[in-house]
Amino acid sequence: MRQKNAPSIFHNIDWITVLIYLVLVVAGWMNIYAAVYNEEHYIITDTSQKYGKQMIWIITALMLAFIILIIDENFYTAFAYFIFGAFLLANIAVPFLGREIKGSRSWFRFGDFGIQPAEFMKFATNIALAKFLSNQNIKIADYKNTFITLLLIGVPLLIIKGLQDETGLAIVFVAFIFTLYREGLSVNYLLLGFLAIILFILALLINNIYLFIFIISLCTIALLFIKRNRKNLFIVAAIGLVACSMVKGTSTVYEHMEPHQKVRIDVLLGRGTVDLKKEGYNVNQAKIAIGSGGFLGKGYLEGTQTKYDFVPEQDTDFIFCTVGEEWGFVGSAFVIILQITLILRIIFMSERQRSPFSRIYGYGVASVLFFHLTINIGMTIGLAPVIGIPLPFFSYGGSSLWSFTILLFIFIKLDSHRLQILR
Amino acid sequence: MNQLSERKYIIAGVIILIGLIYIFRLFYIQVIDDSYKLDARNQAFRYNTEFPVRGYIYDRNNKLLVYNEAAYDLMVLPKKIKNLDTMDFCNLVGITKDVFIRKMKKAVQAPNSPRKQSIFEKQLSPKEYASLQERLYRFPGFYVQSRTLRKYPKRIAAHMLGYIGEASKETTEKDPYYNEGDYLGISGIEKTYEKALRGKKGMHIMMVDVHNREKGSYMNGLYDTMAIPGKPLTSTIDGDLQEYAELLMQNKIGSVVAIDPSTGEILSIVTSPTYDPNLFVGRARNKNYGLLSQDSIGKPLFNRSTMASYPPGSTFKLIMALIGLHEGVLTPNTRYPCARGYPPLGGRPKCHPHPSPQDLVGAIGTSCNSYFSFVFKSVIDDKKYHDTYKAYANWRDIATSFCLGTKTGSDLANELRGNVPSIKYYDKVFGKGSWKASTVISLGIGQAEMGITPLQNANLVAIIANKGWYYTPHIVKAIGGNPNDTLLDRFKVKHNTMITDTNIYNEVIKGMARAVEGGTAGALKIEGIPYGAKTGTAQNPHGKDHSVFVCFAPLENPKIAVGILIENAGFGSTWAGPIARLMMEKYLKGKITRPDLEKRMIEGDLIHKAKPKPVETKKRP
Repeated sequence: MRQKNAPSIFHNIDWITVLIYLVLVVAGWMNIYAAVYNEEHYIITDTSQKYGKQMIWIITALMLAFIILIIDENFYTAFAYFIFGAFLLANIAVPFLGREIKGSRSWFRFGDFGIQPAEFMKFATNIALAKFLSNQNIKIADYKNTFITLLLIGVPLLIIKGLQDETGLAIVFVAFIFTLYREGLSVNYLLLGFLAIILFILALLINNIYLFIFIISLCTIALLFIKRNRKNLFIVAAIGLVACSMVKGTSTVYEHMEPHQKVRIDVLLGRGTVDLKKEGYNVNQAKIAIGSGGFLGKGYLEGTQTKYDFVPEQDTDFIFCTVGEEWGFVGSAFVIILQITLILRIIFMSERQRSPFSRIYGYGVASVLFFHLTINIGMTIGLAPVIGIPLPFFSYGGSSLWSFTILLFIFIKLDSHRLQILR
Repeated sequence: MNQLSERKYIIAGVIILIGLIYIFRLFYIQVIDDSYKLDARNQAFRYNTEFPVRGYIYDRNNKLLVYNEAAYDLMVLPKKIKNLDTMDFCNLVGITKDVFIRKMKKAVQAPNSPRKQSIFEKQLSPKEYASLQERLYRFPGFYVQSRTLRKYPKRIAAHMLGYIGEASKETTEKDPYYNEGDYLGISGIEKTYEKALRGKKGMHIMMVDVHNREKGSYMNGLYDTMAIPGKPLTSTIDGDLQEYAELLMQNKIGSVVAIDPSTGEILSIVTSPTYDPNLFVGRARNKNYGLLSQDSIGKPLFNRSTMASYPPGSTFKLIMALIGLHEGVLTPNTRYPCARGYPPLGGRPKCHPHPSPQDLVGAIGTSCNSYFSFVFKSVIDDKKYHDTYKAYANWRDIATSFCLGTKTGSDLANELRGNVPSIKYYDKVFGKGSWKASTVISLGIGQAEMGITPLQNANLVAIIANKGWYYTPHIVKAIGGNPNDTLLDRFKVKHNTMITDTNIYNEVIKGMARAVEGGTAGALKIEGIPYGAKTGTAQNPHGKDHSVFVCFAPLENPKIAVGILIENAGFGSTWAGPIARLMMEKYLKGKITRPDLEKRMIEGDLIHKAKPKPVETKKRP
């Protein structure tokens, strides 16, 4: 039902989302300026400094957003698998073609600027996932389809982890669980996953012997309450066995982990003595910076902990520390509320889509943003493990800003055409 | 699909839940838990202490007694040391690697710790400091702290002035103002007037980055405090008189105290042997302290003026006379016999040959032991008290009102109380009710268990000179140029003794004047200045008697009262008298008319003569 006169490309755009986006991007830029503030280069547009570079990233991101709004909305459905394949190839190629930067093999370099293809894999995967799941013949409950879905998510994850060794970028793909859940993934899987996570944690915290005894007694009690036939007996026994082997497996995996990974887990679980100068340093410094901000913060550019480099990575993964220190509880709560509002807005928008593709894509955007938010802020306040992923729209970095912009604006574009066709 | 779309609520719920959890967590660490703020301060702030200039000390004529010289301590905070090039550092500071290792060990071991700053190298010279300061930035963890050292241009009054030293651990625990390594007054008026002299430390809050580089002052110095310099003290000491007295007292063991009776100001307070106060400054103190403490005969570290207790001897006879007259058991015309001793007890206490019997003035002039034993007995056996105990208690109360057996309350640090034996004490020694006047008869002549410090001795003379009252003897007359500082209020309170009748004093003073005019001090007249004096010997059970002399001058409106005691020097008129006389002349006239006497006193050596010569034990083969 296309209108004859093509309307303005801004027609039907969800301005609330765009507005929140702009506020976050500008706030991020200001905080990057504060985090790496340098009296010798006090001009925020000085491109020799990170805040000057970020300005360039923001301008180009806005241009990208504009381009996305121009591109026909059908482009994404039509070329979904092509886009996915192309970026997958780029990610496979980067360890071999890209230049190594600080021991990382995930970058393409163009002069002063670098591009991380793994960042763009997020929206590519999201498109592919939306395309696959929106097929009307597809029922996620089918084992075959579940398998393909997991493949779409799992292959990028394994490539990024395996070839590029970027744990943070890889683990983000777990976020698509939310999309799958919305699209009909059995609650049982999620519950099982949830129980598995609890088992993992318990396995690391409690002596395995006690855990085994606990599981076995739980199974025995279960048998007292259910109908005792062969099938049930088999199921309970299987569950018990799986649980026990998971416990054992977790311990074994943990034992074979590399020291720095072990330590991250230890820090999070509060296990053993954490040396605040070594493995516990980052989180401790992050907490000090945020905690010292107080209710109203120390004032813009007045933070000592971030500005004077006590907090590591204070412009990228730990950018939230600057917010916490200089803007206090008020500022940090504001950022969280803003991010949560954006995510909820996207969910609301997704639910109003007529086309499953748009809806599924929207949920993917919300899932990725939510995952980033949870992990990034969680690690600075000691509630999540330290995984190096950026705070959406906030952290310094072109690839992540571009990737989030593309991710979001494709959805804004799709949303602006929600009334027109049923894809 | 409807059922599935219900799942949006669960998803939204999870998102909102996480948001709430994070906001509550932030509220906890940012608003409720204060520990992070403290951690941040500890990391990002460096508190630079600005040490105030310690107050100077002047004498009564505004001549400088104590001033300051800058010194610099090299401090270390081992925790902050990073990438130290040891060789480079050793060259800069001028130490060997072994010394460096030893010092670092000391800095990290208890009572120091890697997290605590401690002194690495004490008191660098200004020159060493200058070369160090330029290059020290390359060695994080090391920095220089400036301090003040005391200097004494006149090299006098060591005991009175006292010295400053590092605060001990007990001090820092008791008084949070001090940190370990801070300097404070340890003795003398440095200790008594510590709070006035020290001023107030200033604090500058500097921000530092993770590499410990200074990044400017916090909030442009909003929370910084300036150091407030210590207040200068004006001492009551007359520097010239003090210097002269120390010269006269050289090579003698004893003490002289001179007081202005009209104000209680101490004009001079000498403990001999003394030492150059400059020896106790800086790095050499420990060594010099050790050397001085090894002198077991002179004991130069022992502040005799306020810490030594001697029998008051003849000086007390003056008080005995006052008490006798006051109690009405004695008149100026009362005569008592003397038979080379006190006849009722078979000639004990003993006395020296003189005409007998004589009246009060004669007895004071000749310092008759027998006479004052009679007086003591008549006071203690006074019928109006019906009871020896009551009479004794009265006698003791009067003595105490003359500041005997009780601290004078002066501002000299560490003062001994002295002793006037109590009833309880004698009850314990002799048994309750089994002692009487004749048992303790030698109290009457200031012997037995009686003990008095040279300061009390001089104060006693001041009381007689004033005819019954005194101001608490003190050594500081103005703080920060202000003579009305509240710390000095207690020295403006006039204390009356229990004997206030000036007629009584006149009788005693008459006797003291007689002693100068034609008595035991006859050879010590000062031309144009009539004065009162009393010679004496204090019996010393351990050796030769102590030479005692008390005097005040002039007779009318006395300006100076002197009490002097020289150990093992025999008669009062031999050593103690001449020195007191010379001091009075110096103070009142500004010049000396008896250079012969002066020469004899300065050259007189009573220490090294008294020292037994080492016996040759080597046998010839």
